[in-house]
Amino acid sequence: MSMAATAHDVSEAAPTDQVDLRREFNEVGIGEVLDQLDRELVGLKPVKTRIREIASLLLIERIRKRMNLTSDVPTLHMSFTGNPGTGKTTVALRIASILHKLGFVRRGQVVSVTRDELVGQYIGHTAPKTKEILKKAMGGVLFIDEAYYLHRPDNERDYGQEAIEILLQVMESQREDLVVILAGYGDRMDKFFASNPGFRSRIAHHIDFPDYTDDELLAIAERMLRDINYKFSPDAREAFIRYIGLRKVQPLFSNARSIRNALDRIRLRQANRLVADLDSVLTADDIISLEASDVFASRVFLKASSGA
Amino acid sequence: MRITQGCFSFLPDLTDEQISRQVQYCLEKGWAVNIEFTDDPHPRNNFWEMWGLPMFDLRDAAGVLMELTECRKVYGDRYIRLSAFDSSHGWESVRLSFIVNRPKDEPGFRLDRHEVAGRNIRYTTTPYAADRPEGRRYGGL
Repeated sequence: MSMAATAHDVSEAAPTDQVDLRREFNEVGIGEVLDQLDRELVGLKPVKTRIREIASLLLIERIRKRMNLTSDVPTLHMSFTGNPGTGKTTVALRIASILHKLGFVRRGQVVSVTRDELVGQYIGHTAPKTKEILKKAMGGVLFIDEAYYLHRPDNERDYGQEAIEILLQVMESQREDLVVILAGYGDRMDKFFASNPGFRSRIAHHIDFPDYTDDELLAIAERMLRDINYKFSPDAREAFIRYIGLRKVQPLFSNARSIRNALDRIRLRQANRLVADLDSVLTADDIISLEASDVFASRVFLKASSGA
Repeated sequence: MRITQGCFSFLPDLTDEQISRQVQYCLEKGWAVNIEFTDDPHPRNNFWEMWGLPMFDLRDAAGVLMELTECRKVYGDRYIRLSAFDSSHGWESVRLSFIVNRPKDEPGFRLDRHEVAGRNIRYTTTPYAADRPEGRRYGGL
């Protein structure tokens, strides 16, 4: 108690020489964001650990600043690599809110772009376009999805290079105004960094997003259903576990996104099943529960049985 | 003679920090900030040239300051002003405008008197700078 009081008294006059860590932690409110991250995102263990580390570093950095222990503004640019649907965009939003709470970005908005928004179609079109996006992202986070499309190795006159140069320049000179997060598939991002060494050295945190396990995918599905007031019947749950196993080995599987799409189609079939019998009287339970037959009608099972 | 146009013009020139705070105020009000420049300081010259497009959808003043720095690099010898446009219904006009850059040397205005019928006098002000062609008025080549 006395410790907290001291910290408070001294905080009026800079520099501080004593800081109550817990108080500081509670004050910035990142604990809440981190807990929310743990609670709402299934799996992603390495990502969460890494974000905790970054948050701790930034908290300490903040305290150091208060104590007048000068150090450079930490480089916060990040790269997120991982397969589609592994939660890169969601995590980027959370990172923005953590950075905002710690005061490392001033506004905390996330501007999410792809190549189309940065690169122009003719000479002289790219620079204004890229700058426009950068201006909008100032004070927040610029999230570049599928960043490797910026670089087209087969065409050396591609305008993407111009966008890259402007990005690099701003990433270096306006580090306190803007945090850039590059995202994309692991192997292609590696190639992208290999051909643009400037990016690799300007990015402090490389975070890899692992694929979800079957159990995690099921947990994600159930969470998504709970949010929209649906539930699996016990049979449907079993069926969906089989569905996940089959869907995973098929091409174009994109983790949580595929799960969401599958759920949308299952809801469609459930609605169709209910409407097919117009004479029945529905209870609330009928409306919210998805049956095994809704799951089994999926194309995924058809392919699996014809293949076997 | 120091030109006084728009807001804050009777104050000492704003520092970048102060400009940035003013711009942030505009952005928080939802106004679009524009950068304009001219080398004709006549008070009736309303239409200055625009540096790029109006900046819509910005959240932070750093974006405007970035463009202002660019503009100063090219037109640092001229007048530059920021204006904030409010697009909301009923306003649809500029709400705030202030000078952020001015030439080192401002020669001022010449007052011409024309005697007209009945010994009435008509006054005309002409900026001395405007005697030279556009682009060369403030020492630029």
